[in-house]
Amino acid sequence: MSFDKIPKPDQLIQIQYAPPKTGWMETPVEFRPGTWSYSGTAKSLTALDLPNPRSWQPSDDDWKLPENWQAIILSGMKERLGKYRSFRLFMDVCVRCGACADKCHFYIGSGDPKNMPVLRAELLRSVYRRYFTKSGKLFGRLAGARDLTMDVLKEWFYYFYQCTECRRCSAFCPFGIDQAEITMMGRELLNLVGCNINWVTEPAANCFRTGNHLGIQPGGIKDILDFFADDIEERTGVRVDVPINKKGADILFVTPSGDYFADPGTYTCMGYMMLFHEIGLNYTFSTYASEGGNFGLFSSHEMIKRLNAKIYAEAKRLGVKWILGGECGHMWRVLNQYMDTMNGPADFLEEPVSPITGTRFENAKSTKMVHIVEFTADLIRNNKLKLDPSRNDAQRVTFHDSCNPARAMGLFEEPRYIINHVCNHFYEMAEDTIREKTLCCGGGAGLGNDENIEMRMRGGMPRAMAVKQVREKHGVNRLACICAIDRATLPPLMDYWVPGVTVSGVHELLANALVMKGEKERTTDLRGDPIGG
Amino acid sequence: MKLMKNLGLSISAILILTLLAMGIAMNHSMTYLLTVIIPYAAFAVFLAGFVYRIVKWGSAPVPFRIPTTCGQGKSLPWIKTNPVENPSGFWGVIGRMALEIFLFRSLFRNTQVEIIGGRPVYGSAKWLWLFGLMFHWSLLIIVVRHLRFFIEPIVPWIAALSAADGFFEIGIPTLYLSDIALLTGLSFLFLRRVIVPQIRYISLFTDYFSLLLIIGIVSTGLLMRHFFPADLNAVKTLAMDWVTFSPVAPQGISAVFYIHLCFVFTLMAWFPASKLMHAGGIFLSPTRNLASNNRRQRHVNPWNAPVKVHTYEEYEDEFRDKMKAAGLPVEKE
Repeated sequence: MSFDKIPKPDQLIQIQYAPPKTGWMETPVEFRPGTWSYSGTAKSLTALDLPNPRSWQPSDDDWKLPENWQAIILSGMKERLGKYRSFRLFMDVCVRCGACADKCHFYIGSGDPKNMPVLRAELLRSVYRRYFTKSGKLFGRLAGARDLTMDVLKEWFYYFYQCTECRRCSAFCPFGIDQAEITMMGRELLNLVGCNINWVTEPAANCFRTGNHLGIQPGGIKDILDFFADDIEERTGVRVDVPINKKGADILFVTPSGDYFADPGTYTCMGYMMLFHEIGLNYTFSTYASEGGNFGLFSSHEMIKRLNAKIYAEAKRLGVKWILGGECGHMWRVLNQYMDTMNGPADFLEEPVSPITGTRFENAKSTKMVHIVEFTADLIRNNKLKLDPSRNDAQRVTFHDSCNPARAMGLFEEPRYIINHVCNHFYEMAEDTIREKTLCCGGGAGLGNDENIEMRMRGGMPRAMAVKQVREKHGVNRLACICAIDRATLPPLMDYWVPGVTVSGVHELLANALVMKGEKERTTDLRGDPIGG
Repeated sequence: MKLMKNLGLSISAILILTLLAMGIAMNHSMTYLLTVIIPYAAFAVFLAGFVYRIVKWGSAPVPFRIPTTCGQGKSLPWIKTNPVENPSGFWGVIGRMALEIFLFRSLFRNTQVEIIGGRPVYGSAKWLWLFGLMFHWSLLIIVVRHLRFFIEPIVPWIAALSAADGFFEIGIPTLYLSDIALLTGLSFLFLRRVIVPQIRYISLFTDYFSLLLIIGIVSTGLLMRHFFPADLNAVKTLAMDWVTFSPVAPQGISAVFYIHLCFVFTLMAWFPASKLMHAGGIFLSPTRNLASNNRRQRHVNPWNAPVKVHTYEEYEDEFRDKMKAAGLPVEKE
């Protein structure tokens, strides 16, 4: 990752919070390099049957929209106001108290007032008022209403793709107004006229066809997992099985494809495989459902459903009892809050029971999908794992709560329970930056691309600075997380703001500490670094 | 300057209302309108508008269960859950909503960010919560106290509330604590909006107007009680006449009273069309009023529609040869 084209950290931190002199309706958006994402390609849009595939970029003057683009958006808005109480309500009840303003990591990192959740929402509300409320129709500006113009659309694009749908503002809002919900609607509307970003549409198109965001074909997945098995054997002396598309497995294991593809997610994936081998779990990977993540969440509800459908379909085809899900943030937003509603009921599956401990996962009895940290925490609690935390002594660990497991599940204690059993040195970051108040990595919701690098560094700054604080205080050098997007976006964020801190999944730490039957004396961790530092 | 325009317009609107009310006070046929016709019209608009807005929100379905979780969820039995901040059932939701509505729980979380020493620092910022709570509770108490004009004989608990409110017996007539609290809360909310640059930047006409209108109501109320006493018997008679649907335009109540009435009726008519509807909306917020039990209990979307998916058969048809070459099992040879 190159930081050549963006200001140095000591310049970037000079953030100006004073709003501009011109009112927000009179301040048009400027597409400054480093702060926006490239458009979705015609190829990806065509593959997904999305409207208006064409070649264009947001920095172009002409966005090549259909002639009746306003009518398309307004009718889309009308439809959604009727289908989502959240949308209708959140358009109406905001009192502009401003409590959300400095809760957004993009506002904290940029000082741009349109990154205050309240104003980001007003970008859409102003149009809603103009076309869907009497006061807006009658009084216009006075009622906070404005016409839907090309400038407004550009503003929507810029700022709805400058929101990571992390829901931090929603935790602080006295009415629970959720900017993620508003951003999702904004993006759906933009999608209706073909305004989307490639870092969302291409993974979605890949996922639709090949089963995963990265477009890895079946043979590729097998090669990668075999390669992991080789690596594991080299480090531990234990050969683990690589079950793929196996009928008769008890459990279908689904994890984000980021875990197969790039360091440091790969070590987390090896961690899962070692754990499953050690406890003798009868499980399988799937190549068809080889993606836990769901970039549909970053484009439209319909796309969520289209991509998510594979998981239950594959569980049914393979005849498994239940489904286990790997470490990923937005993936779990979908699995927890959308999957069962969209593609359930999963009445062909059994209520999840751990075959090792006999624990019944009551909390997943309808969805039939268990989070791996719940599964592993239960194993540790029941003394089913032999762990040597001293093997992680080179790591002084802190834990980043990923937005979605935090604010869409409340998964706080399970990962900490695991970390506390597999590491000797664990330090929490400041209270205002963890758990329900956790701060985003700056690259979620499809924004983790290279061209958006300045905005990522700005948006990730609050998280990075919280890490910096524990690094200075406790010598922290490892940032653990349970999210594949984090594992992709936090390493460059750390390189930029807090050099010397590496990033890993919780199951990588677990695998380092896991004493396996028949293992050789371990001299290195999964990364090949000497144990004990 | 644009930023002050909304404030200027709001002040102008309030002044126009005041002048209007003073004009009404001097003209008998206009006082008839204000005291006999408009009360019913304003009340009808308020009631019908309020119900309309709630029904409109309520008639939109809740396709997904999307609570914002602010505490440990219910998972394994040995993990301590937070049943209120992350409710897993009905009573948890009731608790969460009660905390939100009566104590402004979420606002209590408020922090304020400043960059200090090259890093963001999250300072405590409970003022908005404190003054907001003060404002809303005192407004409720004052509205309830006003019931004494509409009920005869005055029910004991209203009398008791009034007595408690005036417990310190400062001045004659007694200064109500709720009046002080309301004015303090309102002043904070108003000054914050005018002074803090970010808040001023996001403020619309309606934000200033709502505050100024209520400030106008409170000020005229206080003026009548402490400086230009209104004929309370005449006021009570008028209020009872409204209740019994036999209103008669009163004689000789001070002009301040008419201004007070004029503001109140404006507020009532304005309420359903404005952001003040947050009072009803908060009950319907899907990030707060739903249990976080998605994986335990299926949530049904009434409009769940079929979508185009890529089936396993289509997938295998495309990759069958590659799957076989990699030694992966296939459905069709």
